[in-house]
This record gives sequence, structure tokens and C-alpha cells, in this order.
Amino acid sequence: MGANLLVNYGEAVAMLLFVIGFTNLLLQKNLIKKIIGLNIMDSAVYLFLAEKGYIEGRTVPIVVNGVQDVEAYINPIPSGLVLTGIVVSVSVTALMLSLTIRLYRRYHTLDLDEISTRLKKEGL
Amino acid sequence: MSRLKPREEYEKTRAFRFFRWLSGSKDPYLGEVEMKPQEEWKEEESVHLDHIHDHQALRSRIYDTEHNKKILFFYKLYKLAAVLFCVGLAALLLYTVSYLPKTGAADRPANNEVPARYIEKGLQETGAVNIVTGMILDYRAFDTFGESNVLFVATVTVLILLHAKKNGKGEEEQENDRIFEPKNDAILQAGATILVPVIMLFGVYIVLNGHLSPGGGFSGGAVIGAGLILYLNAFGFKKTEKLFTEKVYKWVSFSALTTYCLAKSYSFFTGANHLESHIPLGTPGHILSSGLILLLNICVGMVVACTMYTFYVMFRKGDF
Amino acid sequence: MTVFQLMLMTFLIVCAVSASFSKNLLNSVLIYMSFSLVMSILWVCLESPDLAITEAAVGAGVTSLLFFATLKKIRGIVIEREVEKQEREKEKEKSDE
Repeated sequence: MGANLLVNYGEAVAMLLFVIGFTNLLLQKNLIKKIIGLNIMDSAVYLFLAEKGYIEGRTVPIVVNGVQDVEAYINPIPSGLVLTGIVVSVSVTALMLSLTIRLYRRYHTLDLDEISTRLKKEGL
Repeated sequence: MSRLKPREEYEKTRAFRFFRWLSGSKDPYLGEVEMKPQEEWKEEESVHLDHIHDHQALRSRIYDTEHNKKILFFYKLYKLAAVLFCVGLAALLLYTVSYLPKTGAADRPANNEVPARYIEKGLQETGAVNIVTGMILDYRAFDTFGESNVLFVATVTVLILLHAKKNGKGEEEQENDRIFEPKNDAILQAGATILVPVIMLFGVYIVLNGHLSPGGGFSGGAVIGAGLILYLNAFGFKKTEKLFTEKVYKWVSFSALTTYCLAKSYSFFTGANHLESHIPLGTPGHILSSGLILLLNICVGMVVACTMYTFYVMFRKGDF
Repeated sequence: MTVFQLMLMTFLIVCAVSASFSKNLLNSVLIYMSFSLVMSILWVCLESPDLAITEAAVGAGVTSLLFFATLKKIRGIVIEREVEKQEREKEKEKSDE
């Protein structure tokens, strides 16, 4: 066990949130709670990425007063990656919710176990 | 020239019989063996229905979730295994986190020469004061292009899945969807008359100032989309359809994506060949600076705003 | 700032756990909305204002709105069937009389 567990509290919290979201995805029966679990996993990954770019004592990467020193700004790359990720996560959520609506119209239930049992009884 | 035999003599030779057997054109049993007259095999309707009935009874016995012991045992085993797996995963991840370099340290491997180059030469090479915007729209412009395409594809898929037919179940559902909604709510309409222009103006400000202050295409587009959703909620579908129909959506997203694609394709020719692309960069700090970043921000903002609005309209009413 | 960040992160964990354990679906979605909003404040603490604006507009805005619209569609369908049942019962009563 390394020594940095309590110093890296942000990353530890991000990993805990990831596992909570993953447990939701595996163990919940309701479809909407599974989708909420997937969103929590997404947010945890973005938190982890942004923690990677943070440097203590430095500020937002916007050039002020012409100061262009490397020592004055945080790492801007993880910020750009997470920006793309947040918008993609909303598209994935919208797609999954529309699939849920179609499933509900066909089977009139939100319980995944019941839907899969009915599918097997129909022989699909 | 060879002499051709007449047909009757040829049919008595061995060669003719061999080739007839090879091609299979004559049934060898017909006329040689005693057989009953042949009839086509017809399956009776009742036998067919019995088959289907048996299959269904078998399946419902197998997948009967309440009485089939093996299925109940599997569900309990699944829950136990899932909990154990997640606890194991959490322990492994925390163990890994404890070995990572300290948060906030300046000497971690992620801070190598790449962000140093972006920070030191960012202003000269892209002309943008906001380093993050300059990075995602100039150094890494193809990532943003791919992401706009992902938004477009997601919108098209939601359109396919949730499009309501005109004379189907869709209409009844649409009317019953709004039974308990207060129509022409006075407070909401008064609030929306004040708020919607401010929200749209703020969204446009964020998009246009992407290279000078925090913001950019994604944030501004999301705010504009939220403003359109508020307008829809307050004033009903008929008024909003005057502003935003399917044709508007098609033209806006198509032209925005094509403009982005055409505007950034110069870098195929100038990038690896180390040529200068003579796009004027202007003075940093002015709004008309930094080359093509303003145009690209506007394109991305429009795509994102249309996407957010289309998602909402598809979910409420199946049609534009 | 460290104590502030620790408090916010504890709130995040509490939100995530309670969103999975609540029985009412509407409560789950509301708790998810506040989770998203607290994430937005965390982005400001981590010195990335672009992410803060985007997460506030998209996470606490559009995603939660889509969840509400889905719940309404699902309950709307349930309400339609109940309305049909009531109408059928009324017709039966009238035909019985």
C-alpha cells in the first residue's frame, strides 16, 4: 500500500464514485436507476481526469497581462478532453432514455428481469 | 471430321449412359422399381399448432421465475458475485491510487513538454487568449469535429426511435401527455418574457467570447438550447414552431458541420509539409482575432444548441 | 480550500449512495440533479471554468430535463390506461342501468 492514499483524496473519491456507479449498473432492477448509475460513472471519470491536470499554486489557463510562463498556469490538456466528454455523455443518456421509452411502450414494465424473461418466453 | 452417330444409336452407348448418370437428369428408380404413386407431403394444421403449443409450454416451464429452483439460485448467486466483484474492484482501484504521484505536484509525468509548448507558444500560434479554447479548436481541431459528428448522429438516432406517426398511437399519447399540465400559466409566461431574451443574449456572448474568456462553443450552445426549451415550455408548441421547424434544423446543422469540415481541411496540406497557412491572427484580446476560431466556435455552438432542443422536442412531442 | 473540497466530495458520495437507495424514481432524479450541480462547483475549485459552465448547463440542465420528460412519458402512458379503465367502468354502469 503506497503512501499517497490520503494525499490523493480527490482521486480516491473519484474511484469510490466509479465503483458506486458500477454497483448501481449491475444490481439495480429498474432501468432508469441503471442509467443514473452510468451517469455517475461518467462524472467520476471526468473528476479523475481533471484532478490529473491540477497543479497547486497555479491558476486558470487564460493569459493575463502577457505572462506566458509555464510556471504560472495549470495543465490545459485534461480540461479539453473532459469538455468533449461531458457533451458526449449527454448524447449517450438521451439515446438510452429513448430506448427505455420504446421498451416501455412494448412491455409496459421497467423491470429488466421481467423484460428478459418475457423475451425468452417469446423465443427471441 | 468425325462422323456423328444418329440419336438412337447414341442412346445405346455407354458414354451416353455415363453422362446421363453424372448429370442426374433421369431418376434411376422410375420404371425400374415398384413404387407407390408419389404425393406431396402436407402437414396438418392441428399438428402444426400442437408443435407450437408444446414449444411455448416448454419455454414457460423453463423460464418460470417463481418456481424454477435453478433460476432462483442463479439470481442469488449473481447478486453475491456482483457485490464481491465490486468490493474487489474498489480495493484494487484504491490500492492503485495510493501509488500515484501526489495531486498538485508539479513534477508528475503528465506535465512534460507538450503543455509547456501549448502554454508558451499558444498565444503566438493560435492567437487565442484562452489557452484551452485555442487548444481544442486549433491544435486539436479534429477531436472537436468528431465530437460534433457524435452529437449529430445521436440526434438522428433519437429522431428515428421516437418519431410519432401521424395517425397512430402517437396522437392519443400526445394529448394524454399534457392532461395535467397547466396551460397558459401566467407566472411562467411573465417570467419567460423577461428571462428568455437575457438567456439567449448570455448564450450568444459566451459563444462569441470563447477565445477571450472561459466559455466556447459547447457551453454557449448548451445555454442557448436551454433558453429555447424555456420558451417552448412557457408558450406552447405552436409559437415555437414558427421559429424552429425541421427544415431549420436540417439546414443549420448541415451547414455548420460542412463549414467546420471545409474550414479546417487546409491543415491536411500545410501541417506535415511545414508550410505557412496565411490566415491572419490579429491582435490578441480583440474579438476579431485568432484566425478561424471565432467561426468554428459559432459552428459548434449552433450544432450543440440544435441538438439540445431536438432532444427535448422529441421526448415531449414526437414531431417537430 | 482543502476542507471545502473535502466537504463537497463527502456530499457527492452521500448523493450517489442515496440516489441508488431511494424508492421513488422522481426523488432519484432530483438527487442526481444536485449531484451534477455540486460537481460544477468542484470544477471551479480545480481551476477549470470552461468545465464548470458546461457541466452546469448540460448536467444540471438538459440531462435532468430529459429524465423528467422520460418519467412523464412513462407515467403519461400509465395515466392513459387508467383513464380508459375509468371510462369503461362508467360505460358498464350505464349499460347495467
